[in-house]
Amino acid sequence: MTEYVSTTPGLYPLPDWAKDDLSDLKGHQKHDLISGDESDGITAAYEDARKDVIGVQQDAGLDRIVEGQLRWDDMLAHPLAVADAVETRGIVRYYDNNNFYREPVVTDDLEPTGDVASELEATVDRTGSDDLQAVLPGPYSLSDLATDEHYGDDGDFLAAIAAFLEGEVDAFPAHETLVLLEPSLVENPPADGEDARASEAIDRVASATDADVVVQPYWGALEEKVYAHLLDADIDAVGFDFVANQDDNLYNIQEYGTTDDVALGLADGQNTLVEDPEAIRDRTEWVEGQLGVTEFETVYLTTNTETFYLPYGKYVAKLEALAEAADLAEVTAA
Amino acid sequence: MTNENKDQFRPADHDNDHFLLTTVVGSYPKPKWLNRAKDLYEDADSDFDEDNWQEAKDDAARLITDEHERAGLDVVVDGEMRRNEMVEFFAHRIEGYEFNGPVKVWGHNYFDKPSVVSEVEYDESWLVDEYEFTADASDRPVKVPITGPYTLANWSFNEAYEDDDELTLELADLVNEEIEKLVDAGARYIQIDEPALATTPDDHAIVGEALEHIVVDIPEEVRIGLHVCYGDYSRIYPEILEFPVDEFDLELANGDYDQLDVFKDPAFTKDLALGVCDAHVAEVESVEQIEANIKKGLEVVPPEQLVVSPDCGVKLLPREVAYGKMANMVEAARNVEADLDAGEIDVERGAPTPADD
Repeated sequence: MTEYVSTTPGLYPLPDWAKDDLSDLKGHQKHDLISGDESDGITAAYEDARKDVIGVQQDAGLDRIVEGQLRWDDMLAHPLAVADAVETRGIVRYYDNNNFYREPVVTDDLEPTGDVASELEATVDRTGSDDLQAVLPGPYSLSDLATDEHYGDDGDFLAAIAAFLEGEVDAFPAHETLVLLEPSLVENPPADGEDARASEAIDRVASATDADVVVQPYWGALEEKVYAHLLDADIDAVGFDFVANQDDNLYNIQEYGTTDDVALGLADGQNTLVEDPEAIRDRTEWVEGQLGVTEFETVYLTTNTETFYLPYGKYVAKLEALAEAADLAEVTAA
Repeated sequence: MTNENKDQFRPADHDNDHFLLTTVVGSYPKPKWLNRAKDLYEDADSDFDEDNWQEAKDDAARLITDEHERAGLDVVVDGEMRRNEMVEFFAHRIEGYEFNGPVKVWGHNYFDKPSVVSEVEYDESWLVDEYEFTADASDRPVKVPITGPYTLANWSFNEAYEDDDELTLELADLVNEEIEKLVDAGARYIQIDEPALATTPDDHAIVGEALEHIVVDIPEEVRIGLHVCYGDYSRIYPEILEFPVDEFDLELANGDYDQLDVFKDPAFTKDLALGVCDAHVAEVESVEQIEANIKKGLEVVPPEQLVVSPDCGVKLLPREVAYGKMANMVEAARNVEADLDAGEIDVERGAPTPADD
């Protein structure tokens, strides 16, 4: 029988009080952003904010708890932005959004930092490991967001990023799920040959953990070949952004099959309109119905994208809707 | 050659035969006391009330309009002293919008991104009071900048419409209604600001369609400009020449005119409001430097089609720097006009000649 798991891909908005406090503590300029060696005051503010967003998830009744990635000023580029071998340069546009991050330029051999692991340790201190979900950029997206001035070859650079992320995962505390976010697989799809390398890179990071691994591309559906290659990686679930593109995602699943578990991005992480839990449940059933005989072991119900795009109150409401939708789906299935 | 639409703004006492209209994009640094007055107004414990706050904004609008006059600008703006942010200001005045709190743009820079939760409707006038006040405070022509419907749609959450294009066109009809009221009040120079087009240049078709809605029944003599900030202009040119506007206001100084050639072929058939001062560099360009920048514009259009302005709104600059840029810009424009009168400027216009291989 299918298990329905409510979760999110993390990268939450800061609570409004923390937006104000951290603006005052850190400032508004490029050089004021997180570099991994912040002061005690800043650390304490983030600690309080983390407590808030863990509480939001627990109160909503989500089945997986993320750290929230509130320190990720550079969004998915964060793990590189705090690495020694990386210079953060100008402000560049974050995908097709009205958001910007510091361009991370890799200038030397990449070494894991343990930065994300320490965030997860702090989360475990509050929640335990049972429901913990770790979040990282997928290696393809992270290499796409960065600039290489050291490795000199796209393939070598992607492999170096994969090894870097593998090292980060090695340091993680025990966790239930690892989500690798891969919007670049949709937004800037790998060419022939590169698609196989992207899959190998994902495989390498996924192999570093015993937890279930979800790879979530978004802002559309994967090109067929990219999708087929992704299925070659040793992962437990692929995520599908049904908000941005329903038809092509269904086509991919029907044509190529999918993993035993899936993540369905059914709540819009970039729109304040809060979905009805019943509607999310109905769409879940509809997707399952389209696939005929397939019964998934686990279906993750999630927002399609990160949620930092939303005002805080709406982000909370989205989480509540997802948690309720998963409960409804369990009841219907039973 | 004459340009009636532009020449209606030529001052009666303009000395030179040539006329390079000088103006600003819109926003200007707020006096520090205005920000302090706002803090007081928002402070529940303060007795600084609505009337006090209104008076402070009036004073600031008068002050900056006067500052634009002192700098010598031919067409002035109040520096947008009454506006907080370019989407929020309008969203507060349009039925159908609601606010749910700040969202991140980058780092700790936030924006109160509104949500469209029901059909957008025209309620109270947005800018007529602002225009009438400024027109009253100055003898010079006043330009009215309005955030364009594409930007109003794209920088909002859309909960109510099938897609953003539909919302854009609905908002365009509201902008049209507002311009009609502004024209009735006497406005003759309207600038539509579409900064969102810079980040999504492939959407130029919907911006053009929206402009068709915006200009319905607006008299020919009313000057309509379109301001687009720095972006990859090659992706919107020459398509934008089809837009029903009189003038394009472009940010080119910031990129050191590296995109100038884009506009040379095919020929630029509208008026060019050329950015001649960088709005992001807090250093006043010399008169000589600005003269050289103005001459860059003459590579694209003849003097009759040239308007001179800063790259973008200057609100983030220190006020004295903003003033210095305006004053030098006007002086430079007058110098170039005199040189043109004297036949001392020889700029080759049009498509760049390919280099010999």
